[in-house]
Amino acid sequence: MKGGLLSAMVAVFTRELLVFWRRSTEVMTALVFFVIVTTLFPLAVGPERHELMLMAPGVLWVAALLATTLSLNHLFASDYQDGSLEQLLVSPYPLSALVFAKIAAHWVLTGLPLALLSPLLAVQMALPTKAIGTLVGSLLLGTPILSLIGAVPAALTLGVRGGGVLVSLLVLPLYTPVLIFGAEAVAASAGQGFASVAHLSLLGAFLAVVVSFAPWASSAALRVSLD
Amino acid sequence: MTGHSLFSVRGLACARGDRTLFAGLSLQLDAGEALHVRGPNGLGKTTLLRALCGLSRPLRGDVRWRGERTSDLAEEFAAEVAYVGHLNGVQGELTAAENLERAVRVFARGQDAALGVAAALDRVGLARLATKPARHLSQGQKRRLALARLLVLRRPLWILDEPFTALDVAAVASLSSLIGEHMAGGGLALIVSHQAFELPGIRDFDLAHFCKARS
Repeated sequence: MKGGLLSAMVAVFTRELLVFWRRSTEVMTALVFFVIVTTLFPLAVGPERHELMLMAPGVLWVAALLATTLSLNHLFASDYQDGSLEQLLVSPYPLSALVFAKIAAHWVLTGLPLALLSPLLAVQMALPTKAIGTLVGSLLLGTPILSLIGAVPAALTLGVRGGGVLVSLLVLPLYTPVLIFGAEAVAASAGQGFASVAHLSLLGAFLAVVVSFAPWASSAALRVSLD
Repeated sequence: MTGHSLFSVRGLACARGDRTLFAGLSLQLDAGEALHVRGPNGLGKTTLLRALCGLSRPLRGDVRWRGERTSDLAEEFAAEVAYVGHLNGVQGELTAAENLERAVRVFARGQDAALGVAAALDRVGLARLATKPARHLSQGQKRRLALARLLVLRRPLWILDEPFTALDVAAVASLSSLIGEHMAGGGLALIVSHQAFELPGIRDFDLAHFCKARS
């Protein structure tokens, strides 16, 4: 049955990519938000390279975090409305595995493009070139955590009126450690070349914990919401 | 100890919020049998079906498949059931054929030798619309697509919630004959419907018997 489960997960993953590819505006929202925020900052703060450089890690990370939060709503919402989520719950495969595939697709569509786009925006924020590698690395490690953690409140608030606001309220406290370590890692490598490795390892450890825990928690949350 | 019925329910009670909908419900279903669950609106027919296929948790009671509790069987039981609910579970962005292909890969377990996607679409009369995005289909066509899932998955137990909604006269007849074939092949079916349909051998099941006097 192993091959069956894997093939089911791949099917969920690819279908998700296909659906969002055809409904690309939703994916673009997060990315466009990220670009707009990081573009407006230098305009508002002024072109002082030093000031911008100090703020760059924080601004880039906050923008990435909020962009991900924005995109959480359509992780499950449309599947919930058309009934395909209900079908997923009666599938003969472990729900958490299928949910994991969904979250993975969510990351590929939001977190990954954010990370890949960040070097361009980093230049705009006058981040030193030596820190750009760390920025991309920290986003590559951090954004999957954001997608994984965010799936839990997204599942829990399905069908709740005003669920969007609730998701942000629930998710932001959980996001703060990721934000702190992520931004610190970038700041460290932008500054005196302190070891950003420590922060990145912590992010990695966090990711390992969340990978094992979040798919299970969000599938339990889905069962509660759809009961 | 639960008799020899393939699918048996004993002492089932379900609630919606803090209101008990029905209690002490028992039913038995064997290979080749079908049950038409009836009752006025708001009695809990949908809740019953959702509880039977494991989507919601009943208050009390015992649901068994081949003599084993379905809650213990979990995914093993899910591999035996096909559920079509109020919602079609059809994704608008995917074409009709893609919807079915996905259903096969996400729901079919092992090598169910069932009808192919093209043949299933043909059977429900959607062959010409196979490559159309499902959001362009009409309500009735979406319903047919949802029902085509029954054909691509070989499942012994069909649980259908108002399967006839939005279907035209011809489609109603064709679905009834589909269910008939399913029963003839040893399949089981539980159908909730307000619509009259002709199906030889189907038993009526009045849910109102198990509901308390309602104010």
